[in-house]
Order: sequence, then structure tokens, then C-alpha cells
Amino acid sequence: MHDVAIVGVGIHPFGRFGPKSAIEMGAQAVRAACADAGISWSDVQFAFGGSNEVDNPDAVISLLGLTGIPFMDVYNGCATAGTALELTADAIRYGKYELGVAVGMDKHLPGAFTADPEYYSAPSWYGEAGQFLTTKFFGIKINRYMHDHGISHATLAKVVNKSLRNGVLNPNAFRRKPLDEATILGARMLNYPLTQYMFCSPDEGAAAVVLCRADIAHRYTSNPIYLRATALRTRRYGAYEVHSSWAAVEEDVAPTVYASRAAYEAAGIGPQDVDVIQLQDTDAGAEIIHMAENGFCADGEQEKLLAEGATEIGGRLPVNTDGGLIANGEPIGASGLRQIHELVRQLRGQAGDRQVPGNPRVGYAQLYGAPGTAAVSILTT
Amino acid sequence: MTKVAFAPDVFTWPAEEPQLIGSRCSVCQAVTFPRKPSCPRCGNPDMAERLLPRRGTLVAWTIQGFLPKAPYAGGETEETFRPYGVGLVQLGDEVRVETRLTEADPEKLRFGMELELVVVPFRTDADGTEVVIHAFAPTES
Repeated sequence: MHDVAIVGVGIHPFGRFGPKSAIEMGAQAVRAACADAGISWSDVQFAFGGSNEVDNPDAVISLLGLTGIPFMDVYNGCATAGTALELTADAIRYGKYELGVAVGMDKHLPGAFTADPEYYSAPSWYGEAGQFLTTKFFGIKINRYMHDHGISHATLAKVVNKSLRNGVLNPNAFRRKPLDEATILGARMLNYPLTQYMFCSPDEGAAAVVLCRADIAHRYTSNPIYLRATALRTRRYGAYEVHSSWAAVEEDVAPTVYASRAAYEAAGIGPQDVDVIQLQDTDAGAEIIHMAENGFCADGEQEKLLAEGATEIGGRLPVNTDGGLIANGEPIGASGLRQIHELVRQLRGQAGDRQVPGNPRVGYAQLYGAPGTAAVSILTT
Repeated sequence: MTKVAFAPDVFTWPAEEPQLIGSRCSVCQAVTFPRKPSCPRCGNPDMAERLLPRRGTLVAWTIQGFLPKAPYAGGETEETFRPYGVGLVQLGDEVRVETRLTEADPEKLRFGMELELVVVPFRTDADGTEVVIHAFAPTES
């Protein structure tokens, strides 16, 4: 199996862009990634494109050039971009191609996502009863976690405060206005204990990466970033997940835990080696829980770590240095590639005002979403 | 006044002591809610109907603080909407169900508290039909 390198990253800012289509944003992200790799679109041998709202992300090639390459469309909930990344990497790992692109794009309406519950294997009455809401699940999960592990409401506010301050430093972020902890805590309660400012918003944006076989990476760049591992996992029996009308009495851990273990094992890297972290922060509570589920601390330790500023850009566990989902919002197809874009910038030392000090060498990205799917990627210099 | 259940096959109705309708796997004995066509643990397609215990304990909860979009069918408007509790309730040692709670005050909900199934008003249709839904209510006050 071949090793895989990332030689180009590109992003279209996240936010709201009026009539501009997701396809146009996707094309802009691919052009930026190709320019970053010093290649032209005609050099690209294949691509995977991820989106929730766009049925056929492959429409992006009509803006980039109809070169006839294989372009595969993927959708896998909030793990869509991680899936596109893994499939692109696998095609290179197994020797089918040498160089390809993973792109994600989306354009969502404001407000919580909705859909037909039956598509999630939930009963149709589940939506009618007012339970088919991702925000409700995240409220239930963090409320129990806070009770079990002694996490305070103030710690939830600290997550948001930090993410928005990081968003201020990120010109591509959606929310770039800081909020103090009292304002965050005092905002409208959407799903106890989570207030309005503790959730990310579905929005618009695109991101793309150029991957190639590691042994040819130096043709394109003097500082390739290596994709050491990708892992996808679905929920097991016993995990209580998004859009579940029930759960087993015997509890199992969330799919993130399994994806994380598999990725660490494949990379031969442990959580203690990681220098920059990207976690799925659909809400402030998810960032707290995911710190533990991905092995960065013990359950409950987050209370002390956040009080010490450990997850700040200059802390020992920098989390969501570009503001994460809370500052960037979540265009589902693009979100995970936004994470990779940020990690690559950090590992190359190109993150500007939000650069993690000390020449970070290892980056880690995690996605989680309905109906209980997780993706983890590990990158190194 | 006609009273109808908000959806068929969710709870026994009309009934003096309504029960949620689940299913149990004939092979591995896993219990689900609602009734499932096959077992989520072992894949066995032979599931028998099982009426679930009426009492349980509160494992986890939140308060739904905003009016959900469609397909929500509670019939409220932004003006009339009142937050409602949603909890994960463990019924005996059989299964945990995600369900509405009659209590929506965080101060009055406790992890581990005892709850009992009740059927409560959900909405009133234009023709006067009262639509009812299942919820769990604290047994102590």
C-alpha cells in the first residue's frame, strides 16, 4: 500500500453568500487547492465530491473543465467530507491513481436541519412528536455528561468564547465577533443546557484538498503533509445516537471512540503525540465530550483543562484553532475538509495570526453526525 | 369529544393503563421501541410484539426550548409554543426509550427519578378531535 501526501488545500469562505451556488463555491475551492499544489485541473486524475444539498457534486467539473475524469459523489451525513477524503486516499493507497482531489460543498438554509425521519430508520411519528432534532440529542448527551463528570455550564461558555476568538483570527470564518461568557450563558436556552450561542449553524461554503502518492509529493511541494490514517465507524448496539427513539440498557461507547482507536493504531501515533486538534463541535458540549472520546483527556478533566486555557491556540491541547464549527458554521459536505485545510496550514506553519507555536508536527481531525457515524484523520509533517 | 392517538401502534389506546408497544427478538432477546421489523443487534427478522413496562427511571434529559420545524405536528405557533421535556427513560431492565416528559422545568427533573407512562393532550384539530400523545410523568412531586 502506498503512503499518501496532501500537496494542496483550498477553501471558499464559510458563511452566507446570497445567490452564489454551492457548485461555484466548490469550483473556487478546487482552483485554490490546485494553485496551492502548483498543478492545473487537467493534471487531476480522479475526484470525490461530497455534499448534502447538491445531488451531483460532479457538476463542479463543468466549471473546472470537462476532462472526462472519474468523479464520484458521496454523502455520509456530517462525516461526508471525511468519507470523501478516505476514498480519495484509498484510491491512491491501493495504486489505482497517483493524484486526485477531494472536494466538499454545501449551501444550507438557516436553522436546524430537518428531513424525513424514516430515512434515518426512525419511525415517522418521531418527527411529528417533536423529537427529530439533532439539537435535542446534543442537549441530552451533554446534560448527562455534565452530571456524570462534573462539567459546569461556565465551561460550555468557555468553549464558545474560545472558538469565536479564534474565528476573529480566521478571515474565512462565518462568525467573527467575540462574545463574553455571561452573554453566551444568558442567551436563549434552545436545548437545556445549551443556549443559542452554543450551537453551530448550518451555512454555506466549500473546501478541497489535492492528494498524491507520497513518493511523488516533492514534484509539487517542498513541504508535503502526510495523511497517516483515516478511519470511519458507525454506531454499535448499545450506543445512544442522533435520531434514536430508543437505546439498549447495556451501554456501548460512541462510534467516535472506535474510529479514533482505529486511526491511532493505523498511524502508530497516540493522543499524546498530537499537536493540533480539530473536533466536531456541533455544539459546545460536543467539543467537551469529543476531547475525551478521542483520547485527549479523561472524562471530567475538561473542567480543569479549559479553566487553564489548555485548548487555546497557545495551550498544550489546541482545539479548533480556526474557530471550529461554532465560528465557521457547518456546510456539511465541506466541514471536514475545512478541518484538513486548517491542519495543513498549521503543520506547514502558514496559519498566520492563529499559528500554534512550537512547529506542530501532528494534526488530528474528527467528525461526528447523524445517524451515528464518525470519521477520524491523522496528519503529520 | 373524540380522543385519538397521534400515531397508530406507538402505545395501547384506548386503555386504562396504556403501554408502549415495542418488540423483542426471538433469538437474542433484544428489546426495541417502537416495534422493529428486524433485530438491531443480531439482524434476526423474527420480532414479536412486546408491551413495555409502564414505569421507569430517568437516564438523561433536555428541554426542547424552541418550536421544531415540520414534520413536527404539535400544532403550536411561535406565540403559543411552550417548551417540553424530552428524556431517555429506562423501563425495567428491558430497554431505554426516548420520550416526551410532562415536566419542562430543569429544577424539577433529576437523574434517576421514577417516572410513569401517561397519555396527555397533544393538539386539538379543527374538527374538535383531541389528539393525544404518550409522555412520562414523575411519580413523586
